[in-house]
Amino acid sequence: MAVQTGMMNMTDQRITMAHGSGGESTSELIAEVFGRYFHNEVLDRLGDAAVVQGAGRIALTTDSFVVTPVFFPGGDIGRLAVCGTVNDLLMSGATPQYLTCACIIEEGLPVEELIRVVSSMAETAKEAGVSIVTGDTKVVERRSEDRSELLINTAGVGMIPDDREAPLPEAARCQPGDVVIVSGVLGDHHAAILSARMGIQNAIVSDAAPLTEMVSGLMAAGMDIHAMRDVTRGGLGTILREFAESARCGIEIREEALPVRQEVRDFCGLLGLDPLYMGNEGKAVFVVAPEDAERALSIIRGSRYGAEAVCIGTVQEAAQPEVVLHTRIGGRRRVGPLIGEGLPRIC
Amino acid sequence: MSDKLQKIIDALGHYDGPLVRLMEVCGTHTGEIARNGIPSLLSPQIRLIAGPGCPVCVTVSAYIDRLCALCREPRTTVLTFGDLMRVPGSRESLAGARADGGSVEMVYAPADTLRLAQEAPEQRFVFAAVGFETTAPVYAELLEEAVRLDLGNLRLLTSLKTMPQVIRQVAQMEETQIDGFLAPGHVAVITGSQPYEALARELGIPFAISGFGAASLLMSIYTLVRLKGQGICRNLYPEAVTTAGNQRAQELVLRFFEPCDAAWRGMGVIGGSGLRLRDEFRGFDAAGQRDTEQMVEDVTPAGCKCAEVLIGRISPGECPLFGTVCTPGQPHGACMVSEEGSCRSAYEYG
Repeated sequence: MAVQTGMMNMTDQRITMAHGSGGESTSELIAEVFGRYFHNEVLDRLGDAAVVQGAGRIALTTDSFVVTPVFFPGGDIGRLAVCGTVNDLLMSGATPQYLTCACIIEEGLPVEELIRVVSSMAETAKEAGVSIVTGDTKVVERRSEDRSELLINTAGVGMIPDDREAPLPEAARCQPGDVVIVSGVLGDHHAAILSARMGIQNAIVSDAAPLTEMVSGLMAAGMDIHAMRDVTRGGLGTILREFAESARCGIEIREEALPVRQEVRDFCGLLGLDPLYMGNEGKAVFVVAPEDAERALSIIRGSRYGAEAVCIGTVQEAAQPEVVLHTRIGGRRRVGPLIGEGLPRIC
Repeated sequence: MSDKLQKIIDALGHYDGPLVRLMEVCGTHTGEIARNGIPSLLSPQIRLIAGPGCPVCVTVSAYIDRLCALCREPRTTVLTFGDLMRVPGSRESLAGARADGGSVEMVYAPADTLRLAQEAPEQRFVFAAVGFETTAPVYAELLEEAVRLDLGNLRLLTSLKTMPQVIRQVAQMEETQIDGFLAPGHVAVITGSQPYEALARELGIPFAISGFGAASLLMSIYTLVRLKGQGICRNLYPEAVTTAGNQRAQELVLRFFEPCDAAWRGMGVIGGSGLRLRDEFRGFDAAGQRDTEQMVEDVTPAGCKCAEVLIGRISPGECPLFGTVCTPGQPHGACMVSEEGSCRSAYEYG
């Protein structure tokens, strides 16, 4: 980490209750960490609220991030906090523009760790084309002896383009004949976090990524996406069941077509996990009309993070909403709901 | 997919001979069959029935009740593998007892047990030793270590069961009419194929010792259909199963345990179908007065048909509680708890 002079005295420090006092130490922390990395015209005013431009339809979302460990192969809680909120805005058909960042920090956290997280947020926000325009910092007492935790909440604002003609994506718009596309391999983030927690050494890295380029590419092409969702907690199986339920239709997918990296497949086999229910942080599922499928697939594949996109199935008429998996050996089985808690704190 | 496998699938799909009822008695087989959608490939004349192959499912309520009582005793902690936590006893599950203040901890490996017992010598740790022939060696190894370390604060409450006797019992029930068994692959790794060869001869029906992939299971089903009516056992998992099995594991088990009668959920007491601690290791027995055999009471919630599901008399969907009152989130019967349970499997993949 490149550290600029003037900060030298802070990087060696740990967060103390004073950093949350609202006094001098707080100002110093905001100036030296958040202000330095998030720096933009709106934030720099440091007002009680950020005042931004906006008109027409606005999308608004918020998400809290509590992942442990805070740093993991392929990312950290900061990258996750930006990607999660940006991707949620994108999935609603909006162009993400502004983010807030609220940090709840347990005393004792090394400032150097906070800086790594904040700079990662800044970098990811830049990549995603959003500005972090306001924030909040609270310092609380440490609850565990081993380490100080860092929790982040981000809220995001996005604009629905005024000139958009196609209706917005919505699960209920899935219709028989539609094609289901997944933007890449399943389960990487979940498997990476789980490996880190269990101390298992492998080559699996989190896929945390902002899908701005992918989704804005589809939107710019005027593509009528019937439904889209980022594949996060609960996994693809859970999302497809929600689509089927909302649209009162069936969805048939092919096991053979499901993209899963071999290391992740092996890891799942070992632990009895099913990639269909594992979370990602940089993947999305799209449902489009059959005549649009080829074009959508080529736009997704041509975008950053979309090279491994594939069609995995189709929407069907069905008496009952259901998701059916055609297995490798040609059998059929229902894709059931995710049972139990899955894995807590992967995001 | 290989041509050979495709031919087997075609043959099983087009089979139009007399009805064949096949039972698998291994929870992992039950799960694999469902995950691969195997039932959808079979002719309606071939029926697969999930038998008593899930150790958690066959545990009687009296055993859970005893654990719930133990975890409330002073300076006593019950240790268990995860699945058992939510199995309903006659009044509550271990999860319920823990929420009510009982001392229950989940462990992932027997080594955790040794560590806990060493770290807190004044506390008594009772391990809920549930399982079949596959898991018994794990407990035997645990005891071997406990003896070596002279651990005075470790106990087992055993509900260990063995397969051959229950298979014989189910095969001889008139209402089940099983035409062949998929013998449990993991169990056979330990016991060898011998017990199943003997059962096949005795019962006059075929057995196939199956591995765990879709291809192995389909091959086994095909073999059983072809051998219908013949007392032949085929080892279709030769890469892991030998005739005599893992003799070191067998010897280790017999050093600490001896056969006993055991109570099975829905089937009552079956002679010689369990394992208990030998007299010289009585000090490790949490059951105190050697009353393991008395833990036979088996209360199920009103309407729960686990007992009939376990022996294949009805399918999970025929239970009035299935999927409505009884779900994996709110299990009423043991078969809905474990991933190996037939109701849970039917709920997830049916």
